[in-house]
Amino acid sequence: MKKRKSLSYAKWGYLFILPFFLCYFIFSLIPLFDTVKYSFFEYFRSGIKEIGPNFVGLENYKMLLQSDMLKYGLNTLILWVIGFIPQIVVALTLAVWFTDIRLKIRGKQFFKVVIYLPNLIMASAFAMLFFTMFSTNGPVNSILMSLGIITERIDFMGSVFGTRSLIGFMNFLMWFGNTTIMLMAAIMGISTEVFEASELDGCNTIKRFFYIILPMIRPILAYTLITAIIGGLQMFDVPQILTNGQGNPDRTSMTLIMFLNNHLKSKNYGMAGALSVYLFIISGILCFIVYRMTNDNDPDGSKAAERRRKKEERRRR
Amino acid sequence: MKRKSIVMLLAASIAVTAMAPATVQAAKEGKVINIYSWNDEFRERVEAVYPEVKETSKDGTVTKLKDGTEIHWIVNPNQDGVYQQKLDEALMNQADASADDKVDIFLSETDYVNKYVDADADVAIPLTDLGIDPEKDLADQYDFTKTTASDQNGVQRGSTWQCCPGLLVYRRDIAKDVFGTDDPAEIGKKMKDWETTKETAKVLKEKGYFTFSSYADTFRLYGNSIEKSWVEVGETTVRVDQKIMDWVNDSKEWLDAGYIDETVKGQFNADWNKAMGSKSKVFAFLLPAWGIDFVLKPNWDGEEGAWAVTTPPQEYNWGGSYIHGCQGTDNPGHVKDIIMALTGNKEILLKISQDYSDFTNTRSGMQDATSDENFASEFLGGQNPFEYFAPVAESIQIAPLSAYDQGCVELIQNAFTDYFHDKVDFEKAVSNFETAIKERYPEITEVQWPEK
Repeated sequence: MKKRKSLSYAKWGYLFILPFFLCYFIFSLIPLFDTVKYSFFEYFRSGIKEIGPNFVGLENYKMLLQSDMLKYGLNTLILWVIGFIPQIVVALTLAVWFTDIRLKIRGKQFFKVVIYLPNLIMASAFAMLFFTMFSTNGPVNSILMSLGIITERIDFMGSVFGTRSLIGFMNFLMWFGNTTIMLMAAIMGISTEVFEASELDGCNTIKRFFYIILPMIRPILAYTLITAIIGGLQMFDVPQILTNGQGNPDRTSMTLIMFLNNHLKSKNYGMAGALSVYLFIISGILCFIVYRMTNDNDPDGSKAAERRRKKEERRRR
Repeated sequence: MKRKSIVMLLAASIAVTAMAPATVQAAKEGKVINIYSWNDEFRERVEAVYPEVKETSKDGTVTKLKDGTEIHWIVNPNQDGVYQQKLDEALMNQADASADDKVDIFLSETDYVNKYVDADADVAIPLTDLGIDPEKDLADQYDFTKTTASDQNGVQRGSTWQCCPGLLVYRRDIAKDVFGTDDPAEIGKKMKDWETTKETAKVLKEKGYFTFSSYADTFRLYGNSIEKSWVEVGETTVRVDQKIMDWVNDSKEWLDAGYIDETVKGQFNADWNKAMGSKSKVFAFLLPAWGIDFVLKPNWDGEEGAWAVTTPPQEYNWGGSYIHGCQGTDNPGHVKDIIMALTGNKEILLKISQDYSDFTNTRSGMQDATSDENFASEFLGGQNPFEYFAPVAESIQIAPLSAYDQGCVELIQNAFTDYFHDKVDFEKAVSNFETAIKERYPEITEVQWPEK
């Protein structure tokens, strides 16, 4: 009898998640440790001859700091901001509109599908499409010329502004649908009673947005922000294809991962590993900051008020 | 190091089998011949002229030979070094791969042939080990193609069916409009050297035409006449030749003067292809035989016979695909047969020349072709291009090669693109090249520029 009481289903649970952990261990964790290990080695290929691995300590890290890595980090940040700000603004607006029962938008389902569509195209195909459309002799220039808007062909991808805006625009187009749907789910999770109550109290749309919706969807916002930051740090395919892997002009649209990719052409595992470790640290720090910023365990501000009160008291004394 | 010794052992055993009589070999041959290349050109040639071919699958990945052996084509694009990456990967695994997965034949281009014929790397089988005597069996080939495919000790480790002397290809209608004649001899005189060409470019510009489409078009002419290789053997310094700087300066001058179309950036892109169309204002291209057949022809949308060829301002060679037998192959007999059939058989080579207007690697054959009407090209309005190709081929001085050529050639053009378009100043372009080359080849420590 006793035996039966201690019957546990937990082992089945472990058994079911075992495949994932096995895959993770073999395909993610071991390579991860290898990456860190090789970052301390000189290890690359010259032609078909392999050089290394020779232990060099922190040499790779030092050399990266002396290179233009920080510049590429800044490029990545700029490209990400250009794409992310319009993305979150548009996504929030759309999410609020689509979930507003009063607005009664027709064909909601249809629009949801349409705004999600760009995400279904492969990023490289999308970049290729833009590359062709915006090339100097491409259709966009031809249309603008025949409409009489411009008199001379614009070299979109020849200017820093043009290239960066195109990349930002593409990232915006690809991801705003995804974010919208995520935020909609979050907003729909808010109890309708809260909205009704606020309306009875005479709350207008803008106030409702800032004081009810935003605070209530905070966890999902944090999630969106974190995934967007990680996605941004890993930005690669769009600028790579659009600029043919060169980050033109003058390497101003070279992102960190494109820089990493340049090292992998010579199988430079040492340097690439060191760069990956830097990236890992940066994304760790960023995620921590975002997490702290958005996951504040003081939703109604009472603790903050308490702190303020105490401070005030201390000052008076 | 263990792996290396295994490779050596294998190589030695292969060498031994290769020297054994042919009948014994046939029994030992594998079922699959894996061929690595970067486009369909070689496959098309093999299908068209190799007598043993039976059929090719619809998707073009497998070709069956009459004796039941299958050729598997493994194609990866050249751009960005992708082909070499994949090939290197396969070569590193050659020793461990099962017989049917081993690389049997791989192709290389002039830009990086040097890397693969290296005696220390020892990935390409010396032709003598396959049972081919270059002195005797390939006596009719152009000498420079043999030198290019040889390692530092002069052992030939590859062979090519084509020879790529370049010509000036120009539009007849534009020539008539501007100069009143489309006679190749007359146009050749107007383009006989760079100084004269510049004068001619001015005339073309006045009529609203570009002389060339892109600054990259002229690169091969300069790049082929460098005096020392980009990187000397055993050194880690990239030496930028004065000729390359001449290209930079001339290109800048020509672009600023409007002799070259500023909107075409580099080659093998949509804009460049468009510049070969009938609506384009570009007068001429600098192309070898494969360029006319493989690049210009598909992009031309006007009537046939609108183009003509003449002598370029400077002799040059552009490209050339070398066939190598790969160390460790389990089909040495087939490899030998394919190499001999495609690069050492005058009849087959002449057939390629006739059907594809390719300039093939047979000196006597090409001499015959210059005066043979069968070799006249419809596309060139009945002109016989071999009349112009052959003398260029005879006088080609191949530039000293290094294993770093492809990266250097590609990256220096990229780096100076921004300078040509006034995005960066000269100094910045110089430093951008230095950064890029060190990224691509970590062992490079220094870049030396010629004194200004």
